Amino acid sequence: MIFLKAENVVKQYASHLALNDVSISVPEAKVFGLLGPNGAGKTTLIRIINRITAPDSGQVFFNGRLSQPDDIYRIGYLPEERGLYKKMKVGEQAIYLAQLKGLGYQEAKTRLTRWFDKFDIMPWWNKKLEELSKGMQQKVQFVITVIHEPALLIFDEPFSGFDPVNADLLKREILELKDKGHTVIFSTHNMASVEEICDEIALINRSRVVLSGDVNEIRNSFKSNTFSLSIAGTSFVPAPGLVEIVEEKAVGQHVEVLIHKTHDITNNELLAALMQNNEILSFTEELPSMNDIFIHTVSQTNNA
Amino acid sequence: MSKIGLVIKREYLRRVSKKSFILLTFLTPILMVALIFVPLWLATLKGDEVKQVVISDTTGKYAQLFENTEQYHFIHSDKSLEEYRNSKNKELFAILNITDDLLKNPKAAAIYSEKQIPSELSDLVNKVLGKQLEVEKMATFNIPNLAEIIRESRVDFNIQTIKWSKDGSETISSVQIAYAIGFIFTMLIFMFIMMYGAMVMNGVMEEKTNRIVEVMVSSIKPFDLMMGKVIGIGLVGLTQLFLWGILTAVLFFAGQFLLGGGLQAALQESQNMQANMGTSATVEIDSAKQLFSALESFNFKEILLFFIIFFIGGYLLYASIFAAIGSAVDSEEDTQQFMAPISILLVFALYAGIYSMENPDGPLAFWCSLIPFTSPIVMMMRLPYDIPLWQILLSVTLLYATSIGFVRFSGKIYRVGILMYGKKPNFKEMLKWLKYK
Repeated sequence: MIFLKAENVVKQYASHLALNDVSISVPEAKVFGLLGPNGAGKTTLIRIINRITAPDSGQVFFNGRLSQPDDIYRIGYLPEERGLYKKMKVGEQAIYLAQLKGLGYQEAKTRLTRWFDKFDIMPWWNKKLEELSKGMQQKVQFVITVIHEPALLIFDEPFSGFDPVNADLLKREILELKDKGHTVIFSTHNMASVEEICDEIALINRSRVVLSGDVNEIRNSFKSNTFSLSIAGTSFVPAPGLVEIVEEKAVGQHVEVLIHKTHDITNNELLAALMQNNEILSFTEELPSMNDIFIHTVSQTNNA
Repeated sequence: MSKIGLVIKREYLRRVSKKSFILLTFLTPILMVALIFVPLWLATLKGDEVKQVVISDTTGKYAQLFENTEQYHFIHSDKSLEEYRNSKNKELFAILNITDDLLKNPKAAAIYSEKQIPSELSDLVNKVLGKQLEVEKMATFNIPNLAEIIRESRVDFNIQTIKWSKDGSETISSVQIAYAIGFIFTMLIFMFIMMYGAMVMNGVMEEKTNRIVEVMVSSIKPFDLMMGKVIGIGLVGLTQLFLWGILTAVLFFAGQFLLGGGLQAALQESQNMQANMGTSATVEIDSAKQLFSALESFNFKEILLFFIIFFIGGYLLYASIFAAIGSAVDSEEDTQQFMAPISILLVFALYAGIYSMENPDGPLAFWCSLIPFTSPIVMMMRLPYDIPLWQILLSVTLLYATSIGFVRFSGKIYRVGILMYGKKPNFKEMLKWLKYK
């Protein structure tokens, strides 16, 4: 079931075309990654979904019908440029913003207390925001984004400014939100996190969607028939005509090899061929990382 | 609570609980009342010591005229001025030296002292010698009963200004008081529009540069956010005005009560001084009565009511413009180009108001009190002069119609401007924003 759909969205700014006929489909209760190099148009698309700016042409569908002004109240948005009232106390501010999102005072307070405890920021409740470190402020802002449990969550670069421990905490929270049925749109440069948490992606480059779909399918479609093997003994005996050795190195009592399949045979056939002359400890097909796919696709479209 | 209500509440509470607000609200009335009472109070303080003044009168005609007062003791002496100068007598305060008949030679009298001679003493000497010389001068005309004739012929004249009301009653009005009341209210409106308008602008700019609006727009309509701010800050202004009014009144009465008799004496003193200068004390009492009846002739309820109405209208108009400016710019420096025309307009209104005082029914006053951008300020100046009701109502209608128009207009600019970064807009660009959907 598609929760959010953008169709043929075009946005022209005075000097450049920010979005050129962009279409995306975000399935319900999935994490959707919006990828692309700086200036590709990701933030513009997010702003259009948020109804902050209007597209020159094209439509946004929310739950199957055309997006309405009131739909923005069902979105929680964490902008790339974080912003809160610097002089206001953290707790007071969080309650105020939660109330603006339609929660009652008591409800807002209970939920915030729960989140603040979870994120270990309860001691900062009565501190002014400007006294907090950047990471702390990010946590507060994340809590405020999700506090009203909106159907759609949009995170623009959520991991910037986080240490690995907190980034991991955030990752788990995002996955938990997905499990609870929230749809998440997630814009990032951090490709490792994409592999971990995204179900589907759209890669935008130069104002166009250049790649989109299920993350695993994409990785499969980009696979380069590369396999890594561990062989017992001191040397690897290749199956002639079937593989090329990309890399070979001895590690203690075994050999690590990276090979490239040159013939159109199934993995099982390849394995059977290799087993004849080698004692195989492990056999793995190397899927390209999202990072490789990103760089590959972006440079390809840039050259085209 | 509605969302706009939440914004109003936050803006209001945050500003009212600020130290600067509390200080300004409580210190200003104290300062105002102190400005009135402290000089009066100081005037009631008299030096305790009795000062000795030596009279050295070679003519012998004048010395006996001086009688001792509470503060000054007069001592007759024949010693020359030089002797006193050399004697270094610490007891001595001043020497009045008279060397010739003053009618023939008015420069023949002088007061010498090592200290600054207070005006009290010179006034006293002037009064005594002046009276004597007047008598002597009259005597030289050789007209019998001249003194009586002159006393009889002295007329005190002070014209009354009476205004005919519609119902035929006559009220004694005072131009000076109307002037003062108009001026105070005009200044208040001008000050508040400037101060609180700038507060709205800075508040909007803060939210924009903080980037908090991007979060806010997914929970509240930009128009509601802007209006919440404008209304919240406006209420802060009204609160301050209200507290000033109450505090000033309370302090004024408290001051009057505390000073009580002393104040009366001080007023008496100043009246006596004026009496010495030629006006008689009875006129003063008369004019004091007139002052009160003139004060009563002003319809303060009406003036206050219209003050609030014009204050709100004027504030809405300017605050919405300030909000639009705040939303359009990225930094303080960029506000200059937009602020200049607004400031010029406001200062023009203030000057128009001040000139209107000279002629409250003239064409400048009339038109400026109808044009919405100047009317809140100029109309306040005219109100104490009891102008026709239709003019006031027309002015209020025009002001509110324009305010509502500008609130909408600013709302549109605000909606676009608040999310527009990194561009330095000009007026042309802002007009284009109006057309955005």
